[in-house]
Amino acid sequence: MEADSIWLAIAVMAGVTYAIRMLPLVILKREIRQPNVRAFLYYVPYATLTAMTIPAAIVEAPTLISGLSGVFIAILLAFWRVSLVLVAAIASFTVWIVEAFL
Amino acid sequence: MRFCVLRNLRSFLHGMYAGIPIGLGYFAVSFAFGIQARAAGLSAVQAFLLSGTNLTSAGQFAGLAVIQSAGSLATLALTQVVINLRYCLMSCALSQKLSAETPFAHRFLMACGVTDEIFGVSISVRGYLSPYYLYGQTVVAWPGWAFGTLSGALAGNILPSSITAALGMALYGMFVAIVVPAAREDRKVLSVVFAAALLSMLFWYCPILSSISPGTRIILVTFLTAGTAAFCYPMPSAEVRHGS
Repeated sequence: MEADSIWLAIAVMAGVTYAIRMLPLVILKREIRQPNVRAFLYYVPYATLTAMTIPAAIVEAPTLISGLSGVFIAILLAFWRVSLVLVAAIASFTVWIVEAFL
Repeated sequence: MRFCVLRNLRSFLHGMYAGIPIGLGYFAVSFAFGIQARAAGLSAVQAFLLSGTNLTSAGQFAGLAVIQSAGSLATLALTQVVINLRYCLMSCALSQKLSAETPFAHRFLMACGVTDEIFGVSISVRGYLSPYYLYGQTVVAWPGWAFGTLSGALAGNILPSSITAALGMALYGMFVAIVVPAAREDRKVLSVVFAAALLSMLFWYCPILSSISPGTRIILVTFLTAGTAAFCYPMPSAEVRHGS
């Protein structure tokens, strides 16, 4: 993207993201009751985050083995409910260790 | 009147205290984002402004993918809508936690601070939510996110490539830490996650499908899997839970 359009891209992202956060707070006086809409909004983050992580986290890592190790360790730690920050830190560390010793 | 000011100050300070771990965590993760932003062709100032005005990991990260692949502004906007749609749900929930007398000015200002973590902390208070509690968290968390990005964008160049590559895993680790505990508790979430992972791999490796840009791929996978789940498992009001 050209330098000019990067500024534009930042503005678009900021505007859209703010609108999503602001509109329900300003408009909504009652809660959403439609069960399918509620369910959709509930499932969206999990679907999105998964689609962003798999397979990008593995294929973007320096090697397949370090990518797989990082994701595997992250899943394991998250399953044990280790805090978000620690999971992120240890997953990074795993990639570094695997790359350093293989 | 004086009592009111003191109460608001108290809420604000409590919020700042709750915001400390959030800000520290943001710094670490946004440091990795700063490095990636430079790799995607943004200047350090652009990366700082992007983080300062967006305050969202997943959305910014997906936005970078669109910028890097020279996607259109419409694709970019649609990507942001889809990926940040969860904030809509969070704001809906927060709107129910506010006293009906909360003025519009507060509602407009509060919207700046609706993130996964701040929402999670704010929604868990007893009774009505004081906007000042949310502001307190935001003023501590925001610098962590914005200056973490700036530091990453500036230091990314001087760090060895082995470390920048490893830091790239930090954001993904954070996503995993959001998804896995929820999938462990709720089998419906687990099925959504499995379906999204399979579909995403299909889009990535299939000869024709792999030509679809990352932003569009994420949108399609999200609509297909979350849409199917919403159709199969509707959620009555009493049962709603909010991802953190």
